[in-house]
Amino acid sequence: MKIIVCIKRVPDTTTRVRIGADGRSIDPNVEYVINPYDEHAIEEGVRIKEKFGGDVTLVSLGPDGAKDTLRKALALGADNAIHLKADISGIHDSLSVAKALAECIKSLEHDIILFGKQAIDNDDLLVGPMVAQFLGLPSVSVVVKMDISEKKVVCRREIEGALEIVETHIPCVITTQKGLNEPRYASLKGIMEAKKKPIEERVVSMSPSKIEITRMELPPERIGGKFIGKGKADVHRIIELLKSEAKVL
Amino acid sequence: MTSILAFCEQRNGEFRKTAFECLGEARRIADKIGCKAVAVVIGDNISEKSRALSEHGADEIVAIDSPVFSHHSPEACAKALSDVSKSLKPKAIFLSASSIGKDIAARLGALLDSSVASDCTDILFEGKIMAKKPVYAGKAIETISFHGEPAIITMRPNVFAPINIKKDGRFESFQSSVSEHDVKSRSISTESTHGGKKDLVESDIIVSGGRGMGGPDQYKILEELADALGGVVGASRASVDSGWRPHSDQVGQTGKIVSPKLYIACGISGAIQHIVGMKDSRCIVAINKDSEAPIFKIADYGIVGDLFEIVPELTKEIKKIRGIA
Repeated sequence: MKIIVCIKRVPDTTTRVRIGADGRSIDPNVEYVINPYDEHAIEEGVRIKEKFGGDVTLVSLGPDGAKDTLRKALALGADNAIHLKADISGIHDSLSVAKALAECIKSLEHDIILFGKQAIDNDDLLVGPMVAQFLGLPSVSVVVKMDISEKKVVCRREIEGALEIVETHIPCVITTQKGLNEPRYASLKGIMEAKKKPIEERVVSMSPSKIEITRMELPPERIGGKFIGKGKADVHRIIELLKSEAKVL
Repeated sequence: MTSILAFCEQRNGEFRKTAFECLGEARRIADKIGCKAVAVVIGDNISEKSRALSEHGADEIVAIDSPVFSHHSPEACAKALSDVSKSLKPKAIFLSASSIGKDIAARLGALLDSSVASDCTDILFEGKIMAKKPVYAGKAIETISFHGEPAIITMRPNVFAPINIKKDGRFESFQSSVSEHDVKSRSISTESTHGGKKDLVESDIIVSGGRGMGGPDQYKILEELADALGGVVGASRASVDSGWRPHSDQVGQTGKIVSPKLYIACGISGAIQHIVGMKDSRCIVAINKDSEAPIFKIADYGIVGDLFEIVPELTKEIKKIRGIA
């Protein structure tokens, strides 16, 4: 089984975002981690390899820091890694990123292509299904369970208030949701081996973005504390306020 | 005349609330531009039901009605919608940022070589269409403009208001190029996970529990309060990671971003990754034993104290005013 896992380096969830000097992006001096949803994609890729044989190739598009992210993911059991470097700097929209990833994946053998369901920076949920469209492949998004037998893939995916059971076939794109698996921690052996694993570098020519971020701002701060009571005795007062002042009851 | 397309989502022949949200916003923007709002419906045996969209602001209704769509398939739907777009050449296409809408929008973007603004909370027209979109789970807001048409925009559920304005709703049956051959994945069935209750993102009232709940069984008192209010139960990351609640209940940066009318946070201290998931709620109530908990800084109302005393008391009082025995 040839497994591809696309991963992204993103600011940690505990990051307090500040707007950068250009007014259109965040101040990049923050802690970066592997996108949390991608951890489930890596884990699933490694589990599929352990069950069916084959290998796991990581692909990440990003600046130099992406190399650290790839190295950490290699320590979790992936075999190879490709670091895609954009030929032009600036902000790349999901469409141009998906085109670049699809071009790269075309050059590789692929049975299952895994993505985290979304990157927690742009929160788009676009790149996975866009890559599938460019490659002419089926995709199942926001997957919490998947079973592969022969060429058939049966997934359970989260939809509003329910799980949808979707049937598709290999080759396909799957985007992973928390709950799919419990990602493993890197073992010391894994970390040592990762140091010797290859990271191939490729420069990719990016197509121009079709959208422009004209500004980025912090959301208006929410000021609370209209009434803070104490103990059971104030329940009545809160209900009165919810009825007459907030008008939500 | 040019147009704004609203993809009106249906499941088993019933329109989702988000369908009316998309169409309502398409109507508002179309009025600003001076163009048509066109509802697009894709499904099997949906033509008759589609006509009702004229009550919600549709100048035209385009129905793609075929047995090919009897089982939902994002590939097939995206192709059908791109056929409509190539024929009508709209200025923009609005879809809901729902589990179905997001998938279709991504593929539509690839098919039309247009980028997508995802999960937007505001759409503007100032000579051109622009959209506001939260990023970093709402820690920042981007304003996005588009190069070329159509602008593809997915709209966050529960943010945009539907409208009830009767329009012509001229009905057109559209023949798309989609065939069985385009169906590469197929929805087989669904399993309800919330006992038939609404999903968090679609609910008007959420009662959420955090680490302060102490364990899975204690959520019973939150279920009772939610039931009395006609709402649903949510959870913090800490309680999901402890295995007390399923991940589908999680509110916050790696869970769901919600904006109900009323959000009651019980035993939740208010870590930033939780706050970003619920700070756009219209009214927030916090119940916590620690008066220094950050949640009180953003809550409109709060009670410092033991939630195991306060929550049942709240339930009792709510039942009284709602006339539930």
